[in-house]
Amino acid sequence: MRAPDTSEILLQVEGVSLAFGGVKALREVSFNIKKGEIRAIIGPNGAGKTSMLNVINGFYHPNHGAITFKGRTRARMQPFEAARGGIARTFQNVALFKGMSALDNIMTGRVLKVRRGVLWQMLRYGPALKEEIEHRHRVEEIIDFLEIEAIRKVPVARLPYGLQKRVELGRALAMEPDLLLLDEPMAGMNLEEKEDMSRFIIDVNNHYGTTIALIEHDMAVVMDLSDRVAVLDHGVKIADGTPDEVKSNQTVIDAYLGVAH
Amino acid sequence: MLYRETGQFKSNYAEDMAIFPIRQDGIALGVLLAVAFIGVPLLATLHVWPFGTDYLLWAILLPFLILALAAIGTNILVGYCGQISLGSGAFMAIGAYSAYKLATGVHIPLAWLGIAITIPPLPVLASILLGGLAAAGFGIAFGIPSLRIKGLYLAVATLAAQFFFDWVFLRVPWFTNYAPSGSVNAPELNFFGVIVQTPIQRYLLCLTFVTVIAIMAKNLVRGNLGRQWMAIRDMDIAAELIGIRPLYAKLTAFAVSSFIVGVAGALWAFVYLGSWEPLAFSIDRSLDLLFMVIIGGLGSIMGSFVGAAFVLIVPVMLNLIPAELGVPLSTQTITHLQFIIFGSLICYLLIKEPRGFARLISIGKEKLRLWPFPY
Repeated sequence: MRAPDTSEILLQVEGVSLAFGGVKALREVSFNIKKGEIRAIIGPNGAGKTSMLNVINGFYHPNHGAITFKGRTRARMQPFEAARGGIARTFQNVALFKGMSALDNIMTGRVLKVRRGVLWQMLRYGPALKEEIEHRHRVEEIIDFLEIEAIRKVPVARLPYGLQKRVELGRALAMEPDLLLLDEPMAGMNLEEKEDMSRFIIDVNNHYGTTIALIEHDMAVVMDLSDRVAVLDHGVKIADGTPDEVKSNQTVIDAYLGVAH
Repeated sequence: MLYRETGQFKSNYAEDMAIFPIRQDGIALGVLLAVAFIGVPLLATLHVWPFGTDYLLWAILLPFLILALAAIGTNILVGYCGQISLGSGAFMAIGAYSAYKLATGVHIPLAWLGIAITIPPLPVLASILLGGLAAAGFGIAFGIPSLRIKGLYLAVATLAAQFFFDWVFLRVPWFTNYAPSGSVNAPELNFFGVIVQTPIQRYLLCLTFVTVIAIMAKNLVRGNLGRQWMAIRDMDIAAELIGIRPLYAKLTAFAVSSFIVGVAGALWAFVYLGSWEPLAFSIDRSLDLLFMVIIGGLGSIMGSFVGAAFVLIVPVMLNLIPAELGVPLSTQTITHLQFIIFGSLICYLLIKEPRGFARLISIGKEKLRLWPFPY
């Protein structure tokens, strides 16, 4: 069993509100993510789950509220600054670089780790080549970990959906993130693929010690994987706690099943 | 049968990351370079067929090399970074005129300040490279709109660069050293005491430039910066979320692309044309470069060469083949036929194979590896 170090809070979301014109996507949402845990965010369609992730990694700027990551509170932040801070993510609809091979996609995840400048890269000799090979080593470890050795040179556009999802996870892992945001990592997968993906998520958490926040619709998966679950409905947080607490929460049941009036 | 990789095992990542992981490809390139650097000059000196006259060197190989270089530059921007540019001709012109001004000496009288900026004439090599740098600077300036606008709208912005510089070099006499006809002559091509004059020397000079720059460009596109460009091209949002700064990626693509195009422009003016006027770098040149890149293959250095060769050779062939068959075509018919061929080919490639001839070649190579079996 994994034993997350629950003492330290990695990310604190404090009273975040987000509106698109009249549509209030998030209303005064607060929750935290502790270091080393697997945190699930669930909710019916349109509950604001993806908006929440977009706020966390700087893609949307909240109208109100604050986000504290690794002890630093920030108001506005650009996505690449979030990446620099150690937040990686995958997308609901796979967002790979279609024209590149699986290997190149994952290598691109190393972009922030490359130290040699453009002139060195141009010569691709000595230290620059050595660095490139080091990155290749790290990437090959990830490829090995995700069991995608056979497809490393295949352009990702040619890969089946399940493998694309895996390559996308690999690209996020190549960033060596502190916090990994997974937006529906198992959407559209069959049972076997879901089991594989669950195993990878648990392994990432165990092996690399990465904190994970995931959005998922498959309740069985969520209840098995996560340490704590936050439930959103219409932009409001309606429940937060361990899977068992959430499962028996009447408000959550009502939100999912509807209430008789 | 010859094209087999059986028995070629890679035992480390460096071997796997080589430009040509398959040995036969490496050998083929070696042979090609040997022919280009030794074979061609030798045949040309001995006036052996097909080098009986200088026609092949002057009219085909020299423009091929320089335009291939410009196509590499265009390909970096359009093919690798996905930023459509119609301003390549303008950047060639900037390279050419900056190199010309630097090689003939710059004198800017600032009368109201009572001083004058004077730069003595620089050596030709320095002028050409600095011409490239000047083009890179203007490339960055005209690349700034790309941060806000994409696709066709960006193409229009770069088109503005094209027309603006056409006008500048035609109307501002300072750039042409007040030549009354508007046409200027290249300075003597003195490279460290060697004066480049004969077609063979010119050919070797261009070949050296093209080889060095092509290798560097290849290194860039398969390295970290190249991956950033391609990431921006394929999915800019995801690229940003893994830490790529769009500003940096796009502007470096504009800078590197314009530098290469600028050097090509300086070579085109100095080495190929000898004397030129702004018309040499008109919108037609930009479109030609775009055709080369699309036909040859977006996102491929080799494709740039294939595309340049194709665009240059088609008119020559249209001239030669019907004449050999006894039905010579008029110049006008050839021009029209050229348009028809390029137009239909571009339509076909954009629909069927957006990565051009380079992609067709690599598919062919994959098939050849397995031949005669289908898989």
